Amino acid sequence: MIELNDVHKSFGQNEVLKGITASVQKGEVVCIIGPSGSGKSTILRCINGLESYDRGEISVEGLKVDRDASSIVKVRTQVSMVFQRFNLFPHRTVLENVVEGPLFVKREPRAQVLERGRALLAQVGLAEKADAHPPQLSGGQQQRVAIARALAMQPKAILFDEPTSALDPELVGDVLGVMRKLADDGMTMVVVTHEMGFARDVADRVLFIDGGVIVEQGPAKTLLNQPQHPRTQDFLRRVLHPL
Amino acid sequence: MKGFWHDAAEFFPILMSGVALTILVTIGSLLLSTVLGLIWAMMRVSGIKVLSMLSASLINVIRGIPIIVLLFYLYFVMPDLGVTLSALQAAILGLGIAYSAYQAENFRAGIEAIDKGQIEAAQSIGMGWWLTMRRVVLPQAVRIVLPPYGNVMIMMLKDSSQASTITVAELALQGKLIASSTFKNTNVFTMVALMYLTMSIPLILLVRHFEKRAGKK
Repeated sequence: MIELNDVHKSFGQNEVLKGITASVQKGEVVCIIGPSGSGKSTILRCINGLESYDRGEISVEGLKVDRDASSIVKVRTQVSMVFQRFNLFPHRTVLENVVEGPLFVKREPRAQVLERGRALLAQVGLAEKADAHPPQLSGGQQQRVAIARALAMQPKAILFDEPTSALDPELVGDVLGVMRKLADDGMTMVVVTHEMGFARDVADRVLFIDGGVIVEQGPAKTLLNQPQHPRTQDFLRRVLHPL
Repeated sequence: MKGFWHDAAEFFPILMSGVALTILVTIGSLLLSTVLGLIWAMMRVSGIKVLSMLSASLINVIRGIPIIVLLFYLYFVMPDLGVTLSALQAAILGLGIAYSAYQAENFRAGIEAIDKGQIEAAQSIGMGWWLTMRRVVLPQAVRIVLPPYGNVMIMMLKDSSQASTITVAELALQGKLIASSTFKNTNVFTMVALMYLTMSIPLILLVRHFEKRAGKK
């Protein structure tokens, strides 16, 4: 469903992606792990055209991702994104945040969208916060609203860019719980994360990225329990046993 | 003091007719400068190089010319080019254009102060440039822009007096006419000053209100 073929990307002199080839099947949950600065987030941002890429090709459902083409809107309505820092619209209520895309981009009927918005808020456990403004919510609650906003677009896949990295530790569980339920319901997900427990339990496949290349990939449990490549072994040792 | 109140009663109606024109010039040029300023600012942040450079040079040209020269140009030079404007039209146009440069820089600062994550979030739900501006960026920028906008309103109210130089009979010119025909300079110009101050005070309070609201967030 999502295909990356030999994707290269530089920021100035700094080449951050050095030929990424990967694919994500429908219904699959793929976690991308790796040290910071390895290019993990850049991959996600290239998939929905927030970032351009220099060489290679990315396609979603056969549609080429090109941030300067008008087709990018179609890609973005099919692939939602959840950001590390939530990026909710602070001047709108929680419910308005959720229905913004369906109402103003997809132009769906209002009553129907509002009903779906409330149902989604209930699904992420925030039905009673519909009329609050985002700054009044905790980080964990804001991230769950962001997930509801992503779901409201009725996407075919959701990209998560370190969704729990900005959260207080005690709030991480609620967000991961919502994501796990999504995975169980068959949503296609690409998750950049440092939560190895989540990757092990929920992901079908894990990609380990370092220095702009995929160093190792495989089924989640295999890769995380018996990493083959020394760099993967080294990274996992440091993440799992920091002391 | 008795003489002042006597003169005040006598000159008040004439000065009030000047006040009416002062308000008309201020509101007219405020509206024009707001619309033009928004257009320049949008061109500036459009990401289209030609538009952005055009807007930047336009702003610099406007900023580099004194308001009074701009007014003279519109009122005295344009007729030579076949465009005749009434004094009032020239005043509103001149002040509107002159202030559009400051409005544009103010609006641009407000737009650029919005977190980049907001724009990415808007793009990620499929919003194009215009929808992102209208639904996400501008509503948030308004809060940032309002306090300086209020200050511009006060400055425009006072600078509307420059319209007197091209014969618009607003408050300053009416005062000058009365003073030069009665020689009661002190009383007349004290009244003129008090009347400008009276019009400014509500605007000053408005700015304070905007600042409080922007500070709360």
